[in-house]
Amino acid sequence: MKILVCISKTPETTSKISFTDDNSEFNTEGISYIMNPYDEWYALVRAIELKEQHGGTITAINVGGSSNDVIIRKALAIGADDAVRVDTDPSDAYDAAAQIASYAQGKDFDLILTGKETIDYSGAEVGSMIAAELNLPFISLASKLDHDGTTAVLERDIEGGVEVIEVTGPLVVSASKGMAEQRIPNMRGIMMAKRKPLEVIPAVETETLVSTVSYSLPDEKGGVQMIDPDNMDELVRLLHEEAKVI
Amino acid sequence: MSVLVVADNSKGKFKKGALEAVHYGHLVAQLLGSECHAMVIGEADQPAQLGKYGAAKVHHLSDASYNHFDGQRYLAAITEVAQQIGATVVILNHSSAGKSLLGGLGVKLKAGVVSGANSLPDITDGFSVTKNVFAGKALATIKVNSPIKVLSLMGNSIPPQEVGEEAAVEALSVADPGSSITVKEQKTVDGVVPLPEAELVVSAGRGMKGPENWGLVDELADTLSATTACSRPVADTGWRPHHEHVGQTGVAIRPNLYIAIGISGAIQHLAGVNQSKTIVVINKDPEAPFFKAADYGVCADLFDVVPKLTESLKKFKAS
Repeated sequence: MKILVCISKTPETTSKISFTDDNSEFNTEGISYIMNPYDEWYALVRAIELKEQHGGTITAINVGGSSNDVIIRKALAIGADDAVRVDTDPSDAYDAAAQIASYAQGKDFDLILTGKETIDYSGAEVGSMIAAELNLPFISLASKLDHDGTTAVLERDIEGGVEVIEVTGPLVVSASKGMAEQRIPNMRGIMMAKRKPLEVIPAVETETLVSTVSYSLPDEKGGVQMIDPDNMDELVRLLHEEAKVI
Repeated sequence: MSVLVVADNSKGKFKKGALEAVHYGHLVAQLLGSECHAMVIGEADQPAQLGKYGAAKVHHLSDASYNHFDGQRYLAAITEVAQQIGATVVILNHSSAGKSLLGGLGVKLKAGVVSGANSLPDITDGFSVTKNVFAGKALATIKVNSPIKVLSLMGNSIPPQEVGEEAAVEALSVADPGSSITVKEQKTVDGVVPLPEAELVVSAGRGMKGPENWGLVDELADTLSATTACSRPVADTGWRPHHEHVGQTGVAIRPNLYIAIGISGAIQHLAGVNQSKTIVVINKDPEAPFFKAADYGVCADLFDVVPKLTESLKKFKAS
């Protein structure tokens, strides 16, 4: 089975968020980056589990500059066989998707996996864009995935539950929590990752369809009002009369 | 020129998010001086009622074979209708279906996509909308440069309002491209408002000490008719199901009321809930960081204070 896992880079979850240039740019100073957790913990690890069961190869792909090689090497250390970096800073989700689709075109991947969304922009767009570019079926928010090489059986998170889905032939899947358990790369994996191939390829031309023009921080809370634990009637009154939420 | 809203339904009933999306579509159409059309896929109860929220016309693909969501066939159907009516803005609900379709529609319509928009567009200079980024730690204004725009609307952003009468419903048939997707089974719990749609949420964390104590949380939630949620450690240890996990790597929500019980308020948790209108924090540790993000705080043993809160609420409901 040939699997392509799309990995992206996001600010680490405890990052303090601020902006520069009149709030038009994300301030990257002091920010450390990680592999997007949905890509790493679920999409990549599930790909490795499927390979362990059925054999095959796993290629990790990332769209970005050479500073992303750190997270790509991590994907190789966890267990991807080889990796590809499309050498461009993607201008929007479509740019990233178009680069990945262009690489994947004609390479007959049985399965293309992404995380359900990145934890910075939470767009959940790239997977469905890749699928549409390649005319493949797309299953979003999959919390379970089995694949025997021809047929995939999935559970997909829907409002208030899950649905069980079967798909025949190649497909694109976005992974949500539950699909696999996080794996920590071991020393052997880290050593091997240094020798695994990381191919850097040039980007194709795309249109920039959306751009972020400015950022703002949410309004600060006005300060907490502490309530006497022995007077819950007062809390109920405030929720009803002041906050007007009940 | 028109605005097309895909109003998704669950077993024939329109979701709250669908009504919000239709009303949002109506407001966008007003801004642009165009007309709001709704599209309903699969059998549905009274599609004409979408007119009340602002749809001038409803296109209904009532073929029962479309009752189950199928990304391939839905994408083809929506693309065809959007092109047929010359939609310049296509709006989806930011639901499991919406998230599946959004990017694909962008590609098929050569449109820029904004996922999880939470405000009306600003059209003074092009077309831009805001959305939450960095899990609610910031807000970004996104400008869409393409002639056609595809948006999904974040739940609880625009309250659905009744503005008109029932709309004319036009039966729709589309080319069916077939599909390699088969939905085998749906396993859903009926009668529970899903977290992203919930207006009232009662959430609990490690302070509960163990899953056997959740009766306290359930009773408070039942009294309020609220949806229950939990913090990440609680889901990871299996005390509660994963779908209840709210936070940066779980579900991001923006209810009217979020009651956090025994949750310290790690930055990743706050990121998923800080868009809530009102936050109540119950924690016995006065240093819990969550108090800084709260509107109301109760510093006490939750095992003592939660039953008291439930009693007070029962009294309030009865009065």
